[in-house]
Amino acid sequence: MTGIIDYEAGNIRSVENALKRLGADYVLSPDPAVLSECDRLLLPGVGEAGWAMARLRERNLADFIRETGKPLLGICLGMQLLCEWSEEGDVECLGIFRNKVRHFRHALPSGLRLKVPQVGWNDISSLKSKLFDGVQDGAYVYFVHSYFADLGEDTAAVTEYGISFSSALSRGNFMGCQFHPEKSGDAGERIIANFLNLPC
Amino acid sequence: MLTKRIIPCLDIKDGRTVKGVNFLGIKSVGDPVEMAGAYSGQGADELVFLDISAAVEGRKAFSALVERIALEINIPFTVGGGISTVEDASVLLRAGADKVSVNSAAVRNPSLISDIASRFGSQCVVVAIDAKNTDGVWRVTTHGGSQFSDKELFSWAKQAESLGAGEILFTSMNHDGTCSGYACSEYRKLSEMLDIPVIASGGAGSADDIVQVLSSSGGNADAALAASIFHYGQVLIPDLKKRLAEHGIPVRM
Repeated sequence: MTGIIDYEAGNIRSVENALKRLGADYVLSPDPAVLSECDRLLLPGVGEAGWAMARLRERNLADFIRETGKPLLGICLGMQLLCEWSEEGDVECLGIFRNKVRHFRHALPSGLRLKVPQVGWNDISSLKSKLFDGVQDGAYVYFVHSYFADLGEDTAAVTEYGISFSSALSRGNFMGCQFHPEKSGDAGERIIANFLNLPC
Repeated sequence: MLTKRIIPCLDIKDGRTVKGVNFLGIKSVGDPVEMAGAYSGQGADELVFLDISAAVEGRKAFSALVERIALEINIPFTVGGGISTVEDASVLLRAGADKVSVNSAAVRNPSLISDIASRFGSQCVVVAIDAKNTDGVWRVTTHGGSQFSDKELFSWAKQAESLGAGEILFTSMNHDGTCSGYACSEYRKLSEMLDIPVIASGGAGSADDIVQVLSSSGGNADAALAASIFHYGQVLIPDLKKRLAEHGIPVRM
């Protein structure tokens, strides 16, 4: 059973649909007691980091997530929340990955004009996680984001948008994707299936 | 590298596609979900579904259809047609659409853009602009090009961006349906003045037209939308992407 951590962040529907396509059983819950019964956990999210951290803390989900030993995959904002800090709302996040999250505008080399948010399909390379078994280096996945995690020892995939950033992160039982695997065609479906097949 | 997007657009009436297709090997030509799956399999990067139903029943069928699409299709899709309130947008986003496009209602009531953006995020608001060049001025039209508004294309696009639009989808009513190419210089100008992606629509007659509108020396649009050239099989998406790559335009293969 996969537990989707429900903290009122948007876009949970598309993650649910992806699990349905793969025939996976799941439960959507904000309750640590229910989630602790699951084999693996998904932390989805579209929204603002400061707001999202406040929701996680008020539901006692922040400590629950930090302490879980089960495979946990954060998607998009969910991945950013697993980092140390986010410039969005200047908020301390869960601190599992040693990365910091910054806005593209404040990080791109001066004079380089790129559209922000990054919207669309970009490639992932230097793949270092079981999530990417059977996924080609250079595969294209779908991104929608204005904030990004910098590179570091937890970087599990690298993407370039003006600068190189972490498009996936991994540390122990924790994983995160900046892109939306649930909207990334066959490559994305493979990544979710790999997550569902990880030993608990 | 971020790629340029190819977006087939399907017109939906009462939950069914309006124009038939004759090349995808589809059994039920009117089933949008099957068409969407075929386009996704061919390498479409995104899909747009426009509801052209007039009656309430048709609109209900559309939101039911959106739920089916969301369940079966694993690439992003936008829905539009007749969205005039935050509640209209909410129904479709909750049904599983990734983005909504607003058009006439936003011209009439620009705060619709900020209302949807503040509730669901800018990333899901596409502002569609239909404009027609008369005497050298690009005037914004509504209701499928049948009525002129008091707005001008470039200032309206800029205003839409500042209200929270995530993308601009501009259709030139002078080019739409002509199959003679896109309004490249206008896309170029929009792309230069806006910090959000620009989607080109209206006028595609060949793969070369799409090369032109996406190339950095041409329209420099971020995405190209087309309907009939894809539906009638004049341009196949795998061939188109190969062609774009040959011209140095980044595409997802």
